[in-house]
Amino acid sequence: MTTPNRIILDKYLRHNKKFPHIWCPGCGIGIVLAALLRAIDRTGWTKDEIVLVSGIGCSSRAPVYVDFNTLHTAHGRALPFATGIKAARPPLKVIVFTGDGDCAAIGGNHLIHACRRNIDITTVVVNNYIYGMTGGQQSPTTPEGMKATTATRGVIDQPFHIAELAASAGATFAARSTTYHAKELESFILKGLEHKGFSLVEAISQAPVCFGRRNGMGDPVEMVKREKELAIPISKTAGMTFEEKKDKIVTGIIEEREAQEWTDLYAGVKKTAGEE
Amino acid sequence: MAKANVKRKVVIYRDWCKQCGICSTFCPTGCIVKEEDGYPFPRYIEKCIGCRLCELRCPEFAITVEEWEKSK
Repeated sequence: MTTPNRIILDKYLRHNKKFPHIWCPGCGIGIVLAALLRAIDRTGWTKDEIVLVSGIGCSSRAPVYVDFNTLHTAHGRALPFATGIKAARPPLKVIVFTGDGDCAAIGGNHLIHACRRNIDITTVVVNNYIYGMTGGQQSPTTPEGMKATTATRGVIDQPFHIAELAASAGATFAARSTTYHAKELESFILKGLEHKGFSLVEAISQAPVCFGRRNGMGDPVEMVKREKELAIPISKTAGMTFEEKKDKIVTGIIEEREAQEWTDLYAGVKKTAGEE
Repeated sequence: MAKANVKRKVVIYRDWCKQCGICSTFCPTGCIVKEEDGYPFPRYIEKCIGCRLCELRCPEFAITVEEWEKSK
């Protein structure tokens, strides 16, 4: 039986913080954070061995509310800080909770290099297609034709697909799910946490105020329904062309393989250098 | 899985609820309904099948589904 929410909240939330949280009514970040907490609960790890690192943005407010070792860092620099923690203390379980603007725009280079190193960090990216905290500017994942405060006539750039980007940059686990598929999202995060090597889980989320309102998508309920309609499992995309897939949300495990992990290699280097 | 002797309770914490309507819309059996004041309420609790989708999809951590065996 699944653990009731009450027990998970009692265990993992910081009760001296002000609730309800700062996110807009119906925003999907809360759903992703709850999925992460349930996945962590299923691993059986203690709170002291987990480090939750975030950058700047709406989603990066999450570590404020949860009772792990938490680190709230500079914009886009969550992954470098996490890499430092993992290199210094390999037994710690390092989790990065970040958003699309934080991870794919200003931290884009950090993302691909963390993927390339295959360091044992789990990254949860909340992709809500927009910069929410600063008022709805276009982010690298905003789909073509959508409106933002910095693209009032519609976006003309092609969007990033973060999970595919991570997989091609060398991440050994990459998956995508949506806030509608909360149960699937939880299982992907759990797989990512238990995976040895760099794992990235992209959670497509709704931003009703900053993105939905500007694009005529209505209330959060309509946006979640839209996710349900657009989602297509990766097993069904075999014969589809890029153009057909462009407007869909491809969900599922995009990459899963075994490879040499960075902290193990680094320990080997330290050994040959005579440090340990 | 016969769950005839299981009793359930859907607890909605009103202080944290922001009335987004996700729980009442996606409840598969129509157990939770949106009241006139905008807050959700498990009006038809006998319809609850314990799927916990409301709990999983609540962005505000405001819902908990409790289950226990009915004593005979």
